[in-house]
Amino acid sequence: MSSGSAIQQLAGREAFRSFAERYIVHEADRWDSEEAIPQSIIQQMGAEGYLGAVISKEFGGLELDMKSLGALSEEMGRACSSVRSLLTVHGMASIAVERFGTAEQRQKWLPLLASGQTIGAFGLSEAGAGTDTKAITTTATITEEGYVLEGGKKWITFGQIADLFLIFAKLDGEPTAFLVPRTTPGLSIDHLKGIFGTTASMIAELRMENCLIPHEAILGSKGLGVPYIAMSCLDYGRYTIAWGCVGILQACLDACLSYTSKRETFGTLLKNQQLIQKMITEMTVNTKAARLLCEDAGRLKDEGDSQGLLATWAAKYFASISATKAANEAVQIHGANGCSRDYPVQRYLRDAKVMEIIEGTTQMHELVISSDAYSLSDF
Amino acid sequence: MEETKVKVKAFLSRFFRKSEIADDDDIFALGFVNSLFAMQLVMFLEKEFSLRIQPADLDFKNFRSINSIVELVERLKQPA
Ligand SMILES: Cc1cc2nc3c(=O)[nH]c(=O)nc-3n(C[C@H](O)[C@H](O)[C@H](O)COP(=O)(O)OP(=O)(O)OC[C@H]3O[C@@H](n4cnc5c(N)ncnc54)[C@H](O)[C@@H]3O)c2cc1C
Repeated sequence: MSSGSAIQQLAGREAFRSFAERYIVHEADRWDSEEAIPQSIIQQMGAEGYLGAVISKEFGGLELDMKSLGALSEEMGRACSSVRSLLTVHGMASIAVERFGTAEQRQKWLPLLASGQTIGAFGLSEAGAGTDTKAITTTATITEEGYVLEGGKKWITFGQIADLFLIFAKLDGEPTAFLVPRTTPGLSIDHLKGIFGTTASMIAELRMENCLIPHEAILGSKGLGVPYIAMSCLDYGRYTIAWGCVGILQACLDACLSYTSKRETFGTLLKNQQLIQKMITEMTVNTKAARLLCEDAGRLKDEGDSQGLLATWAAKYFASISATKAANEAVQIHGANGCSRDYPVQRYLRDAKVMEIIEGTTQMHELVISSDAYSLSDF
Repeated sequence: MEETKVKVKAFLSRFFRKSEIADDDDIFALGFVNSLFAMQLVMFLEKEFSLRIQPADLDFKNFRSINSIVELVERLKQPA
């Protein structure tokens, strides 16, 4: 890497951090209680160009390299996992259009996505199909007027406000991707409330009944949906979530360093208790290890190396498990205060747990990573 | 052509260590293929041969055997 790009990356991180400190950190608990983030923060992120983080400059995006995208995800994740989730799902829809769209689709959607005038969301999961993506039952039928979608999608992050949904449906039995604007007749959107973590991520359930979209709304071709499009999006999502988990880890560590330096028990500060020091040690080392795994994945991705895919699985696996462990211990260290909404550590714990479920559950990571280990071995 | 084949085979041998695959074997039929492998293969081809595989070429028939992969690479290497 040239020293010029290293300096740019460093400056980027500083800018992301000061944005998060200024507009997000102090609001995140309120947004969590209100189960929504305000439109104003979305507009501010749009103005900063963050919603076009991965989109090419040609279409008005920032075209960040993977290392800078990591820094953005970490800093947003440190402040508020729901905000980081917005960048993740919006980015997933954006990269799908950029990588798999026709010239017309790119021209139509990418400038709007880059500026944040259009918010994108990712619609793969259904009530009966999560890990098992082949089990989706939403169908697309070709007619003279266009494609007719029938079915439903569940747990769609920022589905409550998204303008454009990337929907996966079976066309002649083959998983296929479609771009579905919010205003499409036959699409109805229900708000899902009370979600345990990333509570402000405005999750929705979508219903498609006789939902007619034009022929040009197909993204890529029949059968390309899950094997390439969804998997590329999920790889991108997994990478940003892994970095978001580094942010959660850092936030837990910062909160605990501060709290244990002020709280006294038995006539001494908590930080002087060896059992506390052990937890701080683990948090410190796991934060560093997770960051290194993410950096490794980012470097491979920037080089276009196919090993970057597995490195991303490894990074997200370690970072999400470590974030849950750190947040659990952060609540422990804070005692009753840790269980109260006056401190953010309970939010970190709820958010971290979600990270072990989205973009491949922890168990899916174990299946993929172990199967790769066997395929590389001589046994 | 031969050089392309050697590189493709070297990449595939990482995934098919325990069995020898012939140039015309259907690697899908052998049951080794999943979405992750498909993405790894596409990324490898794009980096190794400095190409961009467009959505229209992301068709399983282009990746069915060593020969079809080599054909795709040779075709995309031709100047447009
Ligand atoms: C907050 C939140 C936001 C989300 N946002 C989105 C979104 O924007 N778009 C979207 O499409 N989806 C979204 N999802 C859905 C998410 O992708 C799925 O929840 C996830 O894929 C897991 O699927 P599932 O919940 O159906 O669990 P299941 O697939 O039913 O799995 C249940 C449990 O069984 C385990 N399991 C399953 N199969 C195996 C196996 N073969 N071996 C061992 N264990 C197994 C899993 O690891 C898990 O622990 C979101 C979910 C949450 C919680």
